[in-house]
Amino acid sequence: MGSLHVDHVTVEFPLGPNTPPVKALADVDFEIKAGEFVVALGASGCGKSTLLNLLAGFLSPSLGKIILNGSTVEGPGADRAVVFQKHALLPWLNVIDNVAFGLKLKGTGKDERYEIARKHLRNLGLEAFETHSVYQLSGGMQQRVGIARALAIDPEILLMDEPLGALDALTREKAQELIIRIWKETNKMVFFITHSVEEALFMGTRLIVMSPRPGRITHTFDLNFSERFLAGEDARTVKASPDFIKMREKVLKIIFGDEETGASDHA
Amino acid sequence: MLNKKAGKPTSFFGSLLKIKPAKPGEVYGVPGQGDSIIISVVSGSAIIGFWALVTWAGWIKPLFLPSPLAIFNKFIQVATEGFSNYTLFEHTWISVLRVFGALGLACLTAIPVGLAMGMSRVMRGVFDPPIEFYRPVPPLAYLPLMIVWFGIGELSKVLLIFLAIFAPVAIGTRSGVRSAAIEQVHAAYSLGASPWQVLTQVILPAALPEIITATRIGMGVGWTTLVAAEMVAATSGIGFMVLSASQFLQTSTVIMGIFIIAAIAYAFDLLMRFLERKLVPWKGRA
Repeated sequence: MGSLHVDHVTVEFPLGPNTPPVKALADVDFEIKAGEFVVALGASGCGKSTLLNLLAGFLSPSLGKIILNGSTVEGPGADRAVVFQKHALLPWLNVIDNVAFGLKLKGTGKDERYEIARKHLRNLGLEAFETHSVYQLSGGMQQRVGIARALAIDPEILLMDEPLGALDALTREKAQELIIRIWKETNKMVFFITHSVEEALFMGTRLIVMSPRPGRITHTFDLNFSERFLAGEDARTVKASPDFIKMREKVLKIIFGDEETGASDHA
Repeated sequence: MLNKKAGKPTSFFGSLLKIKPAKPGEVYGVPGQGDSIIISVVSGSAIIGFWALVTWAGWIKPLFLPSPLAIFNKFIQVATEGFSNYTLFEHTWISVLRVFGALGLACLTAIPVGLAMGMSRVMRGVFDPPIEFYRPVPPLAYLPLMIVWFGIGELSKVLLIFLAIFAPVAIGTRSGVRSAAIEQVHAAYSLGASPWQVLTQVILPAALPEIITATRIGMGVGWTTLVAAEMVAATSGIGFMVLSASQFLQTSTVIMGIFIIAAIAYAFDLLMRFLERKLVPWKGRA
């Protein structure tokens, strides 16, 4: 089965000839195994998005490497589909053509790609909207189309860059549940970035807490809240349970602690 | 005029901007909202009415301003009997062919050049100086050069119009390349697109609204240039008809020609807006 290994990766951004480079990521090392849902959480500027750009292949590391199923990542590819915060759909295509876009790029025939696209639209509850224009859909539906588009190419791993960040709170909770179900059904590896501690704890099987200056992993936690949800427990009950709240406060303390030391760095 | 509440005089613009609470379906405070078609029809009719009045009453001699009816009669006459060996339709048709020929040529060349300039540092470096050099020069200034180089036939006219259209279309296309959001480009690459596929399936469609706008502007510039070119060196065309008629003091033909030039320009613009709605219905909505 597949795995994605981030192997001692450092990323430095050059600032100029006389200034030392900024370390966006310092010696980040972790592995995502088959079927794992890894969530990266941290304050702004901790390098979460840099990390996702590395995994997607948009950015190459200064040191270290990214290894997917035994081969080093060198550029973007259809084995790692990205879901963006802004939906990034193509407005000149209707919903089903957006979902089938990756298959069209591969040269899949029209009947076959529509069949696959329909399957994913159905899974995401969008079967009634396949001929709609994307700008006619609500933000939550657009984001679901983005997820269907990523799933349609059957990638090894889904890279999700705060996919729910722009949604309203109610839509967001529904979307969390949907993504967990889809993840369980497809059994894909997922790398998920979020600002929300509650979202991170609820969705992930593993939580990576990152801290800024330089961006690095400070804590790693194994989680089982999504398992409890999938076993039939109500999402609100999970999120209101004492161990969830205890965990949430613990992670919040870590993050706010970071921000305080971060501020004192500048004082 | 006195503003009753404040008790001080309000300006003309103040009275234009006075706002009442919105009716359902309107938004409070939107500048200039509401339909203006009826007002426009009244305004246009008033101008023509005033024109008819001053010519009917004999306040202005027909040499300077013939009556609207005289213009219409001239239109019928030139349409049926023709002017200077060609009928009105032929004059118009020749002009339209020239401008569409130049527009077609400009689109075939300026859109690829604009795309290349948007996509490549090298191409931008190569094409930027010549385009920026000649773009601000009025086409009439280099028309003599065109005539020296290419004679007084169709080629010099079409090339002149082509040059006038080329710059706005190339520049518009180049800036259109930036219309694709970087997330859209990244999404395509992460779905396995090749650079060529990103160009043809993401960047080009994203640039299409700006390309169409640029073509629309180019069409306007081309039409303006065409009429000017025909006034200098031509034996046919709508611009030739106007200039030639003026030399014989046929004011009614001059005014009739101006109306036709305006009507065709307006028809072009309507056509482009129609194409825009058909081709890029997502414009401004995504």
